[in-house]
Amino acid sequence: MIPEFGHLALILALCLAAAQAFFGILGAQRNDLLWMSAVRPTAVVQALFTLFAFACLAYAFLVSDFSVAYVAENSNVLLPWPYRFTAVWGAHEGSLLLWVTVLGIWTLAVARFSRHLPLEFTSRVLGVMGVISLGFFLFMLTTSDPFTRLLPPVGQGRDLNPILQDPAMAIHPPMLYTGYVGFSVAFAFAVAALLGGRMDSVWARWARPWTLTAWLFLSFGITLGSWWSYYELGWGGWWFWDPVENASFMPWLVGTALVHSLAVTEKRGAFKSWTVLLAIAAFSLSLLGTFLVRSGVLISVHSFASDPKRGIFILAMLGLFVGAALTLYAWRAPSLTRGGGFQPFSRETLLLLNNIFLVVAAASVLLGTLYPLMMDALNLGRLSVGPPYFNSVFVPVMLPFLVLIGIGPYVRWKHGDPKATARTVKIAALLALLAGVIAVIVAGAERGLLLTAGVMLATWAAASAFVEPVRRLRLRLQGRHSALPRSVLGMSLAHLGAGCLVLGITVTSLLGVEQDQVIAPGGSATVAGYRFDFQGVTTVDGPNYQADQGRFVVSRDGEPITTMLPEKRRFSSTETTEAAIHPGLTRDLYLALGNSLDNGSWSVRIEYKPLVRFIWLGGILMMLGGILAASDRRYRQRRTEAVLDASAAASETGGGAKAAPHRES
Amino acid sequence: MWRYLRYALPVAVLLALVALFARGLFLDPTVVPSPLIGKAAPAFSLPDLADSKQTLTQAELQGKVSLLNVWGSWCVACRDEHPVLMQFAAEHVIPIYGLDYKDDRQAALDMLAKQGNPYTAVAYDASGDATIDWGVYGAPETFLLDKHGIIRYKYIGPLTPELIRDDLLRRIQVLQGEP
Repeated sequence: MIPEFGHLALILALCLAAAQAFFGILGAQRNDLLWMSAVRPTAVVQALFTLFAFACLAYAFLVSDFSVAYVAENSNVLLPWPYRFTAVWGAHEGSLLLWVTVLGIWTLAVARFSRHLPLEFTSRVLGVMGVISLGFFLFMLTTSDPFTRLLPPVGQGRDLNPILQDPAMAIHPPMLYTGYVGFSVAFAFAVAALLGGRMDSVWARWARPWTLTAWLFLSFGITLGSWWSYYELGWGGWWFWDPVENASFMPWLVGTALVHSLAVTEKRGAFKSWTVLLAIAAFSLSLLGTFLVRSGVLISVHSFASDPKRGIFILAMLGLFVGAALTLYAWRAPSLTRGGGFQPFSRETLLLLNNIFLVVAAASVLLGTLYPLMMDALNLGRLSVGPPYFNSVFVPVMLPFLVLIGIGPYVRWKHGDPKATARTVKIAALLALLAGVIAVIVAGAERGLLLTAGVMLATWAAASAFVEPVRRLRLRLQGRHSALPRSVLGMSLAHLGAGCLVLGITVTSLLGVEQDQVIAPGGSATVAGYRFDFQGVTTVDGPNYQADQGRFVVSRDGEPITTMLPEKRRFSSTETTEAAIHPGLTRDLYLALGNSLDNGSWSVRIEYKPLVRFIWLGGILMMLGGILAASDRRYRQRRTEAVLDASAAASETGGGAKAAPHRES
Repeated sequence: MWRYLRYALPVAVLLALVALFARGLFLDPTVVPSPLIGKAAPAFSLPDLADSKQTLTQAELQGKVSLLNVWGSWCVACRDEHPVLMQFAAEHVIPIYGLDYKDDRQAALDMLAKQGNPYTAVAYDASGDATIDWGVYGAPETFLLDKHGIIRYKYIGPLTPELIRDDLLRRIQVLQGEP
């Protein structure tokens, strides 16, 4: 019965989403108070039904109800229970259910935390989110129903894809989806602004915390994914420019641009139409990511469902949602007022450059991802675009971008003073120079310009991030009043994270050592000064697999360091490689077991990865920065003021709500 | 005017992308076109599997529509495919030639003895050198040749009864109608 309840809940949620969209958008257009006040409760109940459906599927997994086809295909009685839960989103149907569930949670959050916004605006936002929910419910119920029964039921279940049986896998997709789907809120805010014809700094202030929250989840999701592929896929890489990675990276790049451009719109009332366009683009790229993964148009290690019917549906949805939003944009954006002017050397200019670099980077990733498809569609042959392309277009764009990170925060709005900026960032520049010199001394000048440039720019970004917090703290120590708001601290932390990330990438890529060796038991290998003594392979049993476990004693200059136990696990259907990793802040040792050869020796991959942890540390710092910035006081405290501004602005545009827009506070 | 067009640019980009994806959906990324289609069968001179004194060449494939199936006894997918080939051979539509590739002669003969022999003749390519000329990078692969010994179609992977019924037979009919 439970799966039927879940199915029914999905159908009810679909109906409610339709009502939410209808009353939300038309209610605001007609200025109908009754219709508009129905939107919030409808949205809340819709979201609760969705959560209930998710709980039903999770229950079917936990009790191993193999009469549900999706459960039978992706679970097994032997699967440990935490993985039975995470198996809910282990394949196509459940991933979609997770998608709408996350959208439901965002809907609840918007319904709860938007009480201080004008009713008309909230109605539109929830209405647009209702349209998105409606599209995905239709998609699920027509092409990918997770509750389809399997008659007669099977006894065992086929088991979850072994590479997905991992703790990080438990949280990677939900985090990524929270980010992806979170951009739907920014998208809904943008469309609501275009529909209502009001778009100003108050709007930007409402949109900022939502955008930041989506962005920080996406940052965390991508970081987790990178870490997961590093230790689980057995390749020792942390980024592959795989189409599906790119699919999450493009919305991140555009989302980062959006976070910065919203700052300009909030503080200076400028870049309005650009900000709206970025908000639409960020969510469009999230939808594009869903399309690329779910339709199978591109081959990738990640795609687990390809069915042309599904692809056509998502494509139609993408075309309709984004097409409608962009048409609205083409119609309404020309009438948006322009913000205040600014001098060539001003924070506006630098943020504009920031946006240009980020959007160019996103566009080049998009081009590289779609190029094989374009060639094929035009019958020009088949080819694949790999890391050489991405690295050679991405690095040159990012280098000047990093220069900007260090200066941007220290240039005044509207009219900057180059001398004052130079004084402020002097120390950071000196530190960067010093780091460059150290890099040359440690690694040798022959290691190249790229290493020196990377290390210098990373240090520059990281060191300059401290300048503002340190300045404010010193003022405070001198007894003067100086606030250190969370938004400033958050920005500094995120920029520090960018510095760490770049340092990690530069040093790992250029100074890391990788060796494939064949070692017999009793033999040893030496990589980057570390000696690996191979003591042999034993067979060990896991809960639902058997593994060959290698034993390597690692030492350096005769000092024992650790024992590493890489495994090759055999599941009922496939094998996975569990690399052994000895982590350290300054370097990782990475060891993966290859194949056994006839004479008893094994092929082994040994890697020395200096500063690889800085890559993920950088991602985590960016996420923490996002949390700080999103929780800044001014998004919480200025409620009353926002309401006043809003009513003033609404009456200005002439189309203001007849009813009092606020029911609370 | 330009001011308004500029704002319409994003919609135009979107439309182009949607058109591209719509086209992409109907392309199969696993199909790799063979440069050999439309070309004469590559020349080979190989011993017969059953009788190593006999030599088989591409001339064998002239004069009738025929199928060339690349296989090996070591290839699990070929074993799966074998009953399908047996069934097809029993219908006597066109002759099937085998190209046994990187195989042990005895193992191959054992397999044919046990599971039946659908092939009119089997060329034995122990080194795999001749098979490389056919652009084969995995077994099984199947080539359809016309009456002039020109390769007209190639299929990678095991043939299935559905594929033969829905696709291959139609192609064979077309080729048999040609002069």
